[in-house]
This record gives sequence, structure tokens and C-alpha cells, in this order.
Amino acid sequence: MAIVHIPALLHSLTGDVRKLEVEGRTVGDLIDQLELLYPGIRDRLVENGHLRSGLAIFVDGMVRREALEYEVPPGSEVLFVPAVAGG
Amino acid sequence: MNPTEVMEPAKTDVEKKYKVIGTRPIRHDGVDKVTGRAVYGADVQLPGMLHGKVLRSPHAHANIKSINTAKAEALYGVKAVMTAADFPDAGSRTANLGELGEVPLKPMCDNVMASDKAVYHGHAVAAVAATSPHIAEEALKLIEVDYEVLPPVMDVLKAMDEDSPLVHEDLYTDELGEKSSKPSNVASHTRHVKGDLSQGFAAADHVLEREYRCATVHQGYIEPHAATAMWNPDGYLTMWVTTQGAFTVRTSVHQILDIPVSKLKVIPTEIGGGFGGKIPVYGEPVAAVLSRKARRPVKVVMDRTEVFLATGPTSGSYVKLKMGVTNEGRITAAETMLAYEAGGYPGSIVALGGICMFAPYNIDNTTIDMYDVVVNKPKTAAYRAPGAPNSEFAVECMLDEFCQILDMDPMEIRLKNGAKEGDIQSHGIPHPRIGCLETTEAARDCEHYQTPLEGPNRGRGVASGYWVNAGLTSSVTARLNGDGTVTLQEGSTDIGGTRTSIAMQLAEVLGIPVEDVVPSVVDTDSVGYTEVTGGSRVTFATGWAAYNAGQAIKSQLIEQAAEIWKVDEDQVSLADGVITTTNGDSRSMTIKELAADLSQKGIDVGSRETVTPQNHGGAYATHVVDVEVDPDTGKVTILRYTAVQDAGRAIHPSYVEGQMQGGVVQGIGWALNEEYFYNKDGLLMNASFLDYRMPTSLDLPMIETIIVEVPNPGHPYGVRGVGEVPIVPPQAAISNAIARAVGVRLGDLPMSPQTVVKALSAKS
Amino acid sequence: MAAKVHVAATINGEPVEFLCEPRQSLLEVLRDELKLTGSKEGCNNGNCGACSVILDGLLVDACIVLGAEVDGCTVETIEGLMGSEGLHPLQQTFLENAALQCGICTPGFIMAGKSLLEKNPQASEGDIRHWCAGNLCRCTGYDKIVRAILDAEPQLEVKK
Repeated sequence: MAIVHIPALLHSLTGDVRKLEVEGRTVGDLIDQLELLYPGIRDRLVENGHLRSGLAIFVDGMVRREALEYEVPPGSEVLFVPAVAGG
Repeated sequence: MNPTEVMEPAKTDVEKKYKVIGTRPIRHDGVDKVTGRAVYGADVQLPGMLHGKVLRSPHAHANIKSINTAKAEALYGVKAVMTAADFPDAGSRTANLGELGEVPLKPMCDNVMASDKAVYHGHAVAAVAATSPHIAEEALKLIEVDYEVLPPVMDVLKAMDEDSPLVHEDLYTDELGEKSSKPSNVASHTRHVKGDLSQGFAAADHVLEREYRCATVHQGYIEPHAATAMWNPDGYLTMWVTTQGAFTVRTSVHQILDIPVSKLKVIPTEIGGGFGGKIPVYGEPVAAVLSRKARRPVKVVMDRTEVFLATGPTSGSYVKLKMGVTNEGRITAAETMLAYEAGGYPGSIVALGGICMFAPYNIDNTTIDMYDVVVNKPKTAAYRAPGAPNSEFAVECMLDEFCQILDMDPMEIRLKNGAKEGDIQSHGIPHPRIGCLETTEAARDCEHYQTPLEGPNRGRGVASGYWVNAGLTSSVTARLNGDGTVTLQEGSTDIGGTRTSIAMQLAEVLGIPVEDVVPSVVDTDSVGYTEVTGGSRVTFATGWAAYNAGQAIKSQLIEQAAEIWKVDEDQVSLADGVITTTNGDSRSMTIKELAADLSQKGIDVGSRETVTPQNHGGAYATHVVDVEVDPDTGKVTILRYTAVQDAGRAIHPSYVEGQMQGGVVQGIGWALNEEYFYNKDGLLMNASFLDYRMPTSLDLPMIETIIVEVPNPGHPYGVRGVGEVPIVPPQAAISNAIARAVGVRLGDLPMSPQTVVKALSAKS
Repeated sequence: MAAKVHVAATINGEPVEFLCEPRQSLLEVLRDELKLTGSKEGCNNGNCGACSVILDGLLVDACIVLGAEVDGCTVETIEGLMGSEGLHPLQQTFLENAALQCGICTPGFIMAGKSLLEKNPQASEGDIRHWCAGNLCRCTGYDKIVRAILDAEPQLEVKK
């Protein structure tokens, strides 16, 4: 069980639900569960089986490069944030 | 002149705890750099080397119908000519940009050399290698390119218009995977939402809505780009490049040329400034292809005009901001729209502008809409705290306006709303331990701020800034020599004294003088993967790798000493370069003695370390500036400037001050003078240092610095990156100072003399 | 291509002869023909001062002097600054003041500083800022460079 924050651009898909508790071992599992609740959401987050380019996964404030394969500790907060690079 | 200072409590703390950290040793590469011996990009000379030159589009936007290189190839002294057709077809290949994921390769290839259309003035279209640079230049004139000229689009808002000319016919707006139905210059739209805007604005007593614009500005490093390539017949390619990241060059060239990484070695030269602009590749793949075709080494060096035309710059931007505050000065809501120019291909740093914009403040209700927009300008590159100055300028100016409405001290409103550990930022991530309030307090209490400013047309401005910093991957290899010194190989190119700030952290662990650590920046075959020198990350992350290497050497030395003394390892300790027993039998030897002994026995002591730390924290700065405005000419003179910044832990305070001073001055240039001038055809009219007016020594006072140290709990020595945040506050600080000097608020950068005069005459 | 010109000059105290094309700048000659790459090219049109050298006692940008012009002249470059007793005081004060970050402008600034202090051994902060306005630095904000030049003044005085 983790708390998933829905990216703002996808609030229209969730009826303005911004965060919710979702069951799942990995980030990929969480997205599968979201897809059951809000059909179409997976394609907005996942592309060709990978996290969509330009997105990063933050779990409890840390980027998780394992992305979809990352095993989410129970109770953690999961965010999808635009990935950015510095100069 | 006012001395620079380190806040006292922190200094005492450092003196107590550390021997090396906090001192100011002479940098290891210093002698090479003051004697002219250091080898920079253009200094590379190889036997039989040819000189490459690049032909550039004279149009801002044009289809390339044909290129005829026959006459150039026939010129005496010309050894190779290339066009984009010499690159492997990018087709549907993708480039892996690490955390940025997989992106299509074609735009990256096309930016290096245009294949079907030129999308900015100065876009590379062909290149020549010849026995001298002059012959190569003559040959360029013989290349015939048939262009179909198209109307350019030069401004971010015009580019967003439905009926704007399209930079790319096949570009559709991406909204997290959903594509627009029509092609557009808007490459992407993203959004962050926190809280409830309507509630927030309802709670406000005062609401302002303003527009802010930043002109396109360039990083302005003094050393032009330079790359030398030697492609051997066995397929091995060696490159000497001035770059912020040798591994990034390796990856980029590998992807563009579709050659194995194992056959490609990048040797970083010394680098004459980068500020984000020496991360992308430009002449590197060109030099490689020319070398392959000519079967000789080829050096491609840009001239200054090419640097301005075709590299960097940062995004021109439009920011619309609406904020609400209570009578007590509490910010209740902020709504913003950011539109950043990406240049000729998608990928501006608007997302960073969004993340940083409200980070200095804890605001419950925020909405941020971010648009990445293509225009017919060079593909933008990172520039020191990329994206942050454009957006934070808006917030910091508006806060000052609120201060005047509320009759509130600018430091007070910043302290009242200042962000703390645990506050949720506008993109949902909580702040770690940060030094926002401490920094602002130090600025409030500093002598400059406490000294009244007097005189006509003079004003004092305040602004704060935040930069997110970066961690990313860094590697070092350390080895103990027989004389007790340590050689330290690292992958981070040294742009501002980082050989020393990294070495100091290793020296601290072993308790040896920093002069006994010998750092060198090595090639991509000689050290583990290391990300770019950027994101204010080198002293933080590469320093951490060096710290780990020091710890590894320390435990190996303890293990060896225990072996020699036949005692348990836990009865041996190492401090101040001396290994001693702790069991009361008072045995000791210096690292030098042990190193000599181990060397004799053939026992190797050393370590290779790779780290990818994330606890980089955020960097905060608050600046105070006094200006005088000449009401007749509009010239703004900087009378006094103080920069206050949280460094976490200042490893080498002189270079921390240097970063602060340099960042401030780039910010001053951005604020007052610097700007790309394009004519109506989209041609850049000021591609020289004379016409692109960067600050000179005559334009400036001394830049006073106050280093605040709120140790970053995420780093063994408390380090935070310091390089980038000092460029964030100056633009707003100066705008606010002008407002208080002469009563006009300027929201468009630069605030050049003509802008100031115009605003003053509009006011009267 | 025009015939090469024969030039004889004194460079860093040594008599030097070279051949150059009439179109080659002094900077090109120093860097490409004589391999004195300490003088840097930042702009190639006299705007940045990275190629500052001293020509017959005058501070010049080597990029806007022709190689052929220096026949019979004396040229001082960064490579000639270090004497038998080690670093020149300016080189030392630049190091001690951390007056360089990337270092690309440093040779030009040191040559400009040397030229100034030869003319005005007690140059003030304002004098230095005025004199060095032809040398661009993008890293330091000039603060530590100005301090380094000020710091060299007493040392140069002692040397005399």
C-alpha cells in the first residue's frame, strides 16, 4: 500500500482525485492498479513498457531510477515529476 | 573595499572540527594556469592535424533543397568536406539521456548539422577540413547551398499563436502523453497543482497580476568550443574536447555516429568556462567525421561569432504571475504561466523554472503551468541555475511590490513566508533541511543592510533565490604512493578549483596536507562514469566519492598496521596522518612510514569509488544591492552589492566566494545589458563581445560575500552545491532597487538604459 | 596565397625568426607557428583581452596585430613572465587570491596587470578597474582579480 499522487495534468482522468492509496509491490503494480480505477491513465505514464520519457519517479522525496521496477515500501508517497537536468 | 566574511559561529565550528576543510590552499592546477601552460581545447596540437570549419545558415528558417560541395573539395589544401548526409541516419533511433529517459535522436543530430532544414541563423549545414584554418574558411565560401527561405518565428508568445509559422511541421504538443490534434510550436505543456487557488485568493487582502519577460542571453564563457578528433583506421576514435562532461561527450558522439562506446575515448582538456553551455555537443561529431574522411586528426574550433550564433543560449521567456497576500504579508496563493523558448528544437528548462519558482516560500495554494516552445533561435542549453532566474525574477519583483503596498521590510516578508524543512514544495516534494531563513536573517543583519542608503536617485533592492542543485553519478580512483601521498583521478572537469575542493575532502579523512593529494582529471577510459560538471554537484558528489576513497584507504592502512603490530584492527586508529595503537602500548607510525613499508612489500593501497547521492539539498541566497540611476541617460550604476548564501559547508571558502561573485556578476549582466538582438528576418545582429555587452571590471564594485553554513545533513561534511544559485537573485534585486530609486517597476529584462529612460518618461 | 613574410623579433627575451602569411595575426603566429599557446583566443577581434601581450612596452591584443608587424619588435607573453626566481609576483598573488576559476582569461589579465603596474606601481582599485576593462572574465566577477593586482604592488616595489 502506497500513497500515489496523480500528476496535475491527469486530474481530469481521476475526477480531480489528486492522491489515493493504492496496493502494489512495485511502481509498475501501482500503475496497473490505477489503470483499473481510471482506464487510460497507464498510457499517460508508461510508454513502450517504460516510464514515459521526461518523467521521474520520486518515492519519499528521492528519485528512483529503477522506475517501474522499484519496490515501494509500505506507506510511502509516490510522485511522478517532470525529470529535469541541471547546468 | 569591504572584506568578505564567513559567519562567525560556523567558522568556529569548522576550526574545531576540521584541519583541511575551511582553509584556503592554492589550487593544484594553479601554476599551470598562471603560466600559460595549461592545455585548453584550442591548444591541442597533433602531428598532421587539419583545421575544420563549419558553414552556417545565413537564414533563420529555411528548407535546405541541395548542397553542392564539389568546388570546395577541389580547393588546394582541402582534405575533407562533410554534410549531415555523412552522419548515420538517425531514423527512429533514440538517445538515452539517463533520468530524462529515451528521446528521439534526430533533433540532436540535426542540431549538430542540419539535414533537411535550418531552424536558426548560424545553424551548421556543412564542414570542411583543410591544412589551415584560412583555407578551410575559403572553402566554405565555395559550398553552394540552395535554400528555400521560410518566415521565422522569434518570440515565445507569437510562436504559441495558432496561426504562427511552424518551426517543425511534425511537432505536436505533448501533455503527458496526450498529443495535440494540430502541429504546434508548443512542444509540451506540464502543470503542478498544490492546494486550492480560489480559496487562497479569497483569503488574500491584496492581489497583483503582472507579466515578466527575459531576453535571450548567452553563457558567455571566454573560451570558444573546441574539439579535436583522431579516427584511426582500426575504428578507434580519440577526442580532445573542452567540455563539462567527457562522459556526456562520449555518450553523445556514440549515439550520433552509432559507434561503440568501447571504441571512443574522450580526453577532457582544461575548460575555459561552461556555465551549462559546454554540455551539448556541437563540433565534436563534426571533427570525428572529418577525421574519418580525411584520415588525419582534425581540430574544429569555433570563433566568437559562431559561439553566439549557434551555441547556448538560455531561454528567452514570458512569465505571467498572479499572487495574493494578507495584510500581515502572508502569501496565500500564487498562479503562474511560464512559457520558455527552447530554440530550434524542443527541450527548454521550463520544468526547472517551475520547480524553483516558489521554493523559497511556503505557499499553500499554487498552480504552475509550463510551456516548452520552439522558435527560430539556437537550441537552448543550460545556463547556471537553468530556468530559475527567469521565473524567480517574477516572484521576487512582485514580493517587493507587495512590500511597498504593505509598508513592510523586504526581509520581513521573506522571513514570514520562508520555507523550512518539511514544507511541501509546489511540485509535491518536501524540502529537506535548508538554510533559507538563516540566509535571510544573515542578510537582514549584515552591515550593508543595516547602513542607510542616502542620495537622490539611489535605491536599495533585495531579492532571494533558490536552486535545486543536483547529485548524480561521480567516480574517483585513489591510490597511495610509497611516499605517503595520494594520487586522485577524477572524471569531473575542473572549471573553478574543484580539483582542490575534492582533494581537500580526501585529505581531511586521512589528516594529511592537501598538497599530499595529487588530483588529476582523466579521460573516459581511466576513471568510472562521471556526470557533467554542472548542477552545482562536483564538490558535493565527486567530493563525496573522494571522501569514500579516503575512508577506504584509511581502513586499509589500519588493517595493514594491525597486521604489522599483531593487534586487532579495533585497537588501531588513524588521525592527523598518524596511525597509533589505542590499547595503551603507544605504538605509532606516520602514513608516510607505513606507505613506504607497504610499497616495499608490494602491497597496493587504494580504492575506486562511485557514488550517486541524492541528498544534495537546495541552495539559497539573499542579495542586497544599492544602485544609482541616471535619470537623463537611464544608466544604472551598481554602488554596493552583498551576496549572502548558504554553502552548507564551505570546503574552500575562496572558491565559494568566487562562485558567489561570479554568479552575481552574470546576473548583473543579465539584468542590465545582455540580450540577443534579432532583426526582422531573424538574424542575430550582435554576435560579438563588443555588441553583446557583458560586464567589465569598470562596471562593478567589489562584490561582498557572506557565507552562511547550515550543514547539509545529506553529505558527510555538510556540503551544498554553491555554483548556481548566486545568479538567481540579482535581476530582481536590481529591478527592486531601481523601483525604490526612481519609482518605476521594470519587469522586462534587460533593464538597459533605453528601457529605463522609456519607463521614466512614461511615468512623467 | 601570398608569399610568406620573414619576421625577426625578440620574444620573451629571445631572438626569434619565423615565416608567416601576411594575413596571419600575431596571435596565430604565437599559437600556431611558435607554439606559445598561453595567449588565448576568446574573440579574435580585440574585444576580450584573452590574448593580451606586451609589444614594445605597450599592452596589445595579439589577435588584432599582424604577425608581420612585429618585425624588429619586442614581444612579451605569459610564457616569459616566470623568472629564474620562480613565479612573477602577479602570478603568485593570482594564486593566493584565488583570482582565477576556469583560468582562460588569466594569462591576459596577468599581462594587463604587469603592463599597468609598470606604468603605475601604485594603481588604485579604480585605476585597475579602468585599465582592465579591456579584459573580460566571466567567472570571477573581477573582485579577486582586482585584489590580486593590488596585492602584487608591494611585492613588485620590494623587487625593485
